[in-house]
Formats: sequence, C-alpha cells, structure tokens
Amino acid sequence: MSEDLQFANPKLKVKDLNFFYGKYQALKDVSMNIPANKVTAFIGPSGCGKSTLLRTFNRLYELYPGQRAEGEIQLDGNDILAKTQDITLLRAKVGMVFQKPTPFPMSIYDNISFGVRLYENLRRGEMDERIEWALTKAALWKEVKDKLNQSGNSLSGGQQQRLCIARGIAIKPEVLLLDEPCSALDPISTSRIEELIDELKTDYTVVIVTHNMQQAARVSDYTAYMYLGELIEFGLTDNIFIKPKRKETEDYITGRFG
Amino acid sequence: MNDHSSKQYDIELETLRSRVLEMGGLVESQILAAINGLTSGDLQALNAVILEDHRVNGLEVSIDTDCSQLIARRQPAAGDLRLVLAVIKIVTDLERIGDEAAKIARMGKQSYERARMPSAPVAAVKHVGDIALGMLRKALNALARLDPIAAASIVREDFAIDEEFSAIVRQLITFMMEDPRTISQSLEILWIAKAIERIGDHSKNMAEQVIFIVKGTDVRHTTVEELEREARG
Repeated sequence: MSEDLQFANPKLKVKDLNFFYGKYQALKDVSMNIPANKVTAFIGPSGCGKSTLLRTFNRLYELYPGQRAEGEIQLDGNDILAKTQDITLLRAKVGMVFQKPTPFPMSIYDNISFGVRLYENLRRGEMDERIEWALTKAALWKEVKDKLNQSGNSLSGGQQQRLCIARGIAIKPEVLLLDEPCSALDPISTSRIEELIDELKTDYTVVIVTHNMQQAARVSDYTAYMYLGELIEFGLTDNIFIKPKRKETEDYITGRFG
Repeated sequence: MNDHSSKQYDIELETLRSRVLEMGGLVESQILAAINGLTSGDLQALNAVILEDHRVNGLEVSIDTDCSQLIARRQPAAGDLRLVLAVIKIVTDLERIGDEAAKIARMGKQSYERARMPSAPVAAVKHVGDIALGMLRKALNALARLDPIAAASIVREDFAIDEEFSAIVRQLITFMMEDPRTISQSLEILWIAKAIERIGDHSKNMAEQVIFIVKGTDVRHTTVEELEREARG
C-alpha cells in the first residue's frame, strides 16, 4: 500500500477479507483502507469481485443463503462483520444506490420518507424539510418540487436515479455505496450525477463501482483495480491513470486486456 | 507490451510512432545537408535545405492532428497517454531543429555569397555539428527502441556541446580583435554555432521525453544524476 493511503484518514478498514458464494471464492485476502470524505472507485473486468466487495460494506449478501464473508471490515474501528452487528443500524450508516434506478411504487415524497421513518420519528414539518434537503442535494428539487405526490415511476431514468440517491442520503448515512450508478443513463444525466458525487464527498465517504474507466478517472480520488477476486493495485487516481505501478493495471486501463 | 483488444488502436499508435521517426529522419538529413554544405560551400545544397523546411513543418502539423484525433477518439491512458503527450512535445522539438537547419543553410549561403569562409572556425563548427547530429540520431534511436538508458546518455553529451560552443565564441573573439574586417562574417559563424548548440538542447529534450514515456517520470529540469537514476530505476 502506498504512502498516501497509509496516511489517509480511513473510514473503512478491510483486513484479509475473503468472500464465498457457496464453494466459489469471489474475494481473496483483500486488505485496503477506504479514506473518509473521499471518492474511491473500484474498477476491473466483469466478475473481478468489485461489486461483491462493495456489497460486503453493508452486508447486503446476508439476504442470500450460502454467501459468507471472512476477515474483518472496520467502520470507524467497529467490526461490521461481527455477529453482534445490528444490520439495520449498519445500513443506516452505509447507504447504497444500484445500477438500475429502483424507485418504490409510491409517490416521490414517500420514496424518500419511507427510509427515514425506519430510523427516525420526524414531525411533518421536519420530514418536509428533510425531503427538500435530500432532493436539493441530489440536484432534483427544482424539477420535482411541484409534483411530490406523483409516482416515482413517472420520472425519467436520470431523475429516477437521482431520486434513489436522494433516498440514500435522506437517512444521512456516513458512507454511500454506488454500484454502477450511471450505466443506464444518458451523458447529461451522467454528468449531473458525477457533479453530485463530487459535492457529496464533503459530507460522505463515497465508494463507486464502475465499468466506465473514464468515469472513475473523472470522479474518484482513489482507484482500486481488481482482478479475479484480488486487489491488484490501489492508489491515487492521479497516479493510476498516468503511471500505474503494476503491469496488469496498465494493461487493463489501456485496453490491452484479454 | 501486449496488443490492445482493439487492433485498430494498435495500428494508430504504431503509425504515430513511425511517423515521428519519419519526421526525425527528415530533420536528420536536413542537418547533415546543412553542415556538409557549410563546409563544402555548395550553395545548391544549402538552397535545397531551405526549400525542404516546409516538409518538416507539414509533418509537425499533421502529426499534431493525429495526436488530437487519438486523444478525442481513444482517450488513451497510462503508457499510451504518455506516448501521445511525448509525441506532441517531440514534434515541436523536431520542427525547431528543422528551423535551425534552415537557419544554418541561410547563414552559410549569405556568408559564401560575400566571401570565402575562414577555415579554422568552420572546422570547429563542423566538429560541434557532428556531435549535435550524433545526439539527434541517438535520441531518435532511443525513441525507436524506447530505451531510457540510451536516452539518459544523451544528456551528458549536451554539456560537451555547450563547452565546444564557448570555445568557438573565444576563437571568434580573437579573430574579430585581430582583424575587425572579419566581424560580420564572424557574427554569421556565431549564429551558426548557436543554431547547432540549440540542436543539442532539442535532442536532450527529446531524450527526456523518451524517459517520460517509458518510466512515467517527468525528468525535465532535474539534475543529470536524478535523471540517470530515474532512467535506470
């Protein structure tokens, strides 16, 4: 691990993490520190384990029998893989946005308030404020403020994805996980979301999985290259795209792969 | 280095490199012709150098266009990006070397049209010109082979050129003091020597770009020792 990461202020510390889908090992001895209030991108070919790694950060895999993680992931020093970890509480701290927009089949307002109600008991006025705050942060408020009672499904793809981001940040998580948030969006919606990611890092630690290397280069402070379940290289994005240390990384980002 | 998944991309990068080397070859022959014309007094040869300079300029523009296209279409990264960035800088140096060749030819022509050139300083200019030409060849070879060690060795040669240039200046001052009628011709020889000294500087710049392509470290404005360490490391 390079010096700049040693000194970075870590939000998540991953130590010797192994992950299994039944008998198949998808992550092999992954160790890394994810710096706080920075954007970290995971890149690598399909099946390299980048999404799997992302999903361990809020234990999303728990929904599926036969999937298990071994090792340690510390969030601010607490091992989130411990049996005693309250998963609902973990997911309040570590939010997630998926590849395809997944609005709930309810109004724009309820899409956001639904998650907040799980964790907090807000009065109507406070809830209104929270929803305006989240939609403003997600750069969607101006477009939807007059139609909060319309269905979330009535929005365009890009708007739906920003709604999902608003929903994710409304519960005020500390870490925001983005799993290919722009792969279904047009370039304009993509650049809106990229702009948003840049703003979000003042308050959150952002981890993004992307197939689009230019996107990783544009939005992230740190980039991790993964291949066949291993972390091959992790460093400053400024270095990775100009002067990667490992030949495997160079081959992948210059398109010499496979 | 492995091939790209895209064959066409490989071809484009390879074409870019070979076109830079083609430009380098043209510039090299321009310098050689200028220096030979200068020592032999062959005005036709000197004229030809002046007339050929537009080909060098044309290659600069066309290779720069190729680089812009490659960046816009391929978004090169890492080693590919460094190659394209370095090529943009190298063609600028090559074009300047081409200008120096034309300048040498023009000055030589002017001088010969007026009178015979004094043989001692011309021999000194020929000597420093050979060193500069050698540096240019080595820089182009280092680029062709992507050899950072060979590139680093060019940097020390630039010191030799600088020393030779100072010696020529001292010699010319002596000439001018002994016989003020030689002043205008001595000044022309001084400009020629300066042009050759610049060729050394441009070749050194190109060598630094070769180290950047291979090692990813920007070695401009560092000490020779640091540069050699980066080239080996």
